[in-house]
Amino acid sequence: MASDNDLILRMEHINMFFPGVKALKDVTFNLRRGEIHSLMGENGAGKSTLVKVLTGVYSKTSGDIIFCGEHINPKSTLESQKMGISTVYQEVNLCQNLTVAENIYIGREPRTRFGAIDWRTMTVKAQKLLRESLGIDIDVNKNLSFYSVAMQQMIAIARAIDTRCKILILDEPTSSLSEKETEKLFEIMRNLRDTGISIIFISHFLEQIYTICDRITVLRDGSYIGEYEVKSLPRIELISKMMGKEVKEDEIEANAVKSKPKDQKFIETSHLTVPGKVKDLSLNIREGEVIGLAGLLGSGRTEIAEALFGLTQKSEGSIKVEGLEITVKNPMDMMQRRVAFCPEDRKAAGVFGDLTVRENIILALQAKNGMFRHMARSKQNELADHYIDLLRIKVSDREQRVSNLSGGNQQKVIIARWLATQPQLLILDEPTRGIDVGTKSEIEKLAVTLAREKGMSVVFISGEMGEMVRTCSRILVIRDHEKITELAEDEISEAHIMQAIAGDYHGHA
Amino acid sequence: MDMLKKFSRSSLALPLAALALLLLFNAIFVDDFFKIQVMDNGNLYGRPIDILHRCSSLIILALGMTFVIATGGVDISVGAVVAISSATCCVMLGGDISGIPHHPFFLAILCSLGVGILAGIWNGTLVAKFKIQAMVATLILMTAGRGIAQLMTDGQIITVYYKPFAWIGDNIPGVMVPTAMLIALAMIIFVLFMDRKTSVGLMIQAVGINQVASRYAGIKVTAVLFAVYIFSGFCAGTAGLIEGSLIRAADANNAGLNMEMDAILSVTLGGTLMIGGRYFIGGTIIGAITIQTLTTTMYALGVPSDCLPAVKAVVILLIIVFQSEKFKQMFRDRALRKKELKESGKEAANA
Repeated sequence: MASDNDLILRMEHINMFFPGVKALKDVTFNLRRGEIHSLMGENGAGKSTLVKVLTGVYSKTSGDIIFCGEHINPKSTLESQKMGISTVYQEVNLCQNLTVAENIYIGREPRTRFGAIDWRTMTVKAQKLLRESLGIDIDVNKNLSFYSVAMQQMIAIARAIDTRCKILILDEPTSSLSEKETEKLFEIMRNLRDTGISIIFISHFLEQIYTICDRITVLRDGSYIGEYEVKSLPRIELISKMMGKEVKEDEIEANAVKSKPKDQKFIETSHLTVPGKVKDLSLNIREGEVIGLAGLLGSGRTEIAEALFGLTQKSEGSIKVEGLEITVKNPMDMMQRRVAFCPEDRKAAGVFGDLTVRENIILALQAKNGMFRHMARSKQNELADHYIDLLRIKVSDREQRVSNLSGGNQQKVIIARWLATQPQLLILDEPTRGIDVGTKSEIEKLAVTLAREKGMSVVFISGEMGEMVRTCSRILVIRDHEKITELAEDEISEAHIMQAIAGDYHGHA
Repeated sequence: MDMLKKFSRSSLALPLAALALLLLFNAIFVDDFFKIQVMDNGNLYGRPIDILHRCSSLIILALGMTFVIATGGVDISVGAVVAISSATCCVMLGGDISGIPHHPFFLAILCSLGVGILAGIWNGTLVAKFKIQAMVATLILMTAGRGIAQLMTDGQIITVYYKPFAWIGDNIPGVMVPTAMLIALAMIIFVLFMDRKTSVGLMIQAVGINQVASRYAGIKVTAVLFAVYIFSGFCAGTAGLIEGSLIRAADANNAGLNMEMDAILSVTLGGTLMIGGRYFIGGTIIGAITIQTLTTTMYALGVPSDCLPAVKAVVILLIIVFQSEKFKQMFRDRALRKKELKESGKEAANA
């Protein structure tokens, strides 16, 4: 056992109460010097809350934080950062309209002798930092918004590393990174660990936890479950600890029965083109079908979904719904034809943080009905309760603010919003990103069940191949905004998808 | 007790408490503050009536402003629109000593309201269509508005001798309650109806909280934005009629001067945040009444009118600080610490 001297951080009996919610109940967390330690738990288990207590975003209700042998009680992230605790959050929180270099050095800009900001040094230093620590060579004088989310995440990490931290917290850093980028990140993490930095790593990808982490602390429903060596904890045990019940490996691995598509086509496109977004796309989606859009980040998966939902306008080609050609000007046109779309970016395009769970759920249906056909409150309550029940959304009551829910539950609220509109086609864009294993498998199952039992068509977009393989009855492979090939049910496998993306697999057809 | 607790947490608690405090102060220090009489001509008279009467146009402006602010915008042109609207009405009626109007009264009223709506369309186009920041977009009309009103009146103060024009700001003969109060009441009822019986309010808040997500949820964001600015313009048009009628003249320089600021203040006093989202109609109304009560109180106490703004500012500063999240948090923290102390004291006693 490690002696107390090896512990850089001890969090003991941490309690954190929000109005009406006990977010953390007597949680203990020990972090050793120079280790990669994973915080595991389902959505709403309290991982993010614990991290926010540590970094001073929230102030704990009670408990002790002992860092480097001293009691600390950070009141702000700035304070914790000065102590040497840096965080890269799940959602990148840098300034989009500042340059990369400014983002890295904001608040601690290099100065000239006269006290003015030394722009030249800043540029050089930023470039050097990115190249040497992450192996990235980019123009640091371009605005941050110019770069992809993956790149922004890397920049956030570079910023955190450069503040000479003792503890680096990575909250879901890999959810928007490609495999290659993830590999790169892991390499960096290992190097950092070897220099004595302790890393708290939060991720929902089990595979990654087992690749990179030394130890795991498991939380469930805000309570501390235990602390384990990764080597001595089989995956299946970890999952059962997180979920609080025994699960069999195959239960998560495979959904029982996939949906069998019916013959009726619900939506068809031919040679659909949206300038710069979708190239010459012909597809058809049948009733009762779960159709996957596979491809790398930025391949145009999301753009296809947006075109199908009327968020962008075509320049050529046609869209037919139930055999009738239609013109689409805005999302409402598609909503009227019973198409629903859960967007990829939950925070920016999905939830209304300050509205209640009820309001979030009824919103799309109300918009579809029109503002002046107001649903009675009793009807709203009924709808909200129905979907809270159906999707097992964890809320204290339906009038709770959505911003107080965990990511997975927010995602469920958005799905509920769209199910309430009684769609025939449901487009799910990365519905499980940043979501725990339990909720993830629930959402996967839901997609299949909706197709199989209700005859709904589901478009499922995910960067995780395994998930696509489990849920889809057919997969369209997208590259460079173009459909490369389709995989029929008997051809679907991770290997085939990868080969198709690489251009080596062309299917039977 | 439960009711009281529930009330203390409701959004109206603080604005109401501030107003109650002010009224209490008046009850103690101003003689006969709450006395309401019926005058010889049958009209109601007294300080409370005077306050409500005087703040009618402010309430109307603030109602329109509430929706605009809820979408995350602001409309600082309303004061200028008040001037344009009152100028329109006066010009249409004309300044004949004989009291014979140039155009029919109802037409003049319609034109005034129409001008307000036109101003709203202008602002709405800039904000919703061209995506110009609301403050900048409405600043244009704020600056130009008084000039437009000057042009309409040829730089003269047009005094209207047509009797019925005075009825809007005063009383319609035979009606006890001032007309402006009735108009404000009608507007309040209309707004509450929109808020409770339609989903307009929900859509406005959704747009104010997250425009992108609103678009993804099928809300016509442009239409919603357009609508709130048009409504705000309409409110300014209505207020313009009242303000013009009160002085029976078109004063392009002074009509509605600084009223946009009082309207914004009413909304914020009522608990609605400038960043948009949740709004509080009740709070806005109380906010407007509070501002007017303050003014009336100062006059009643004999504070010279030059000092008025300074005193007003101090009181409003206090109210706003009391309502701020930080301040509330400080109170909560103190209460918590006290509780902890008590409990640890108990433990010590038990040990």
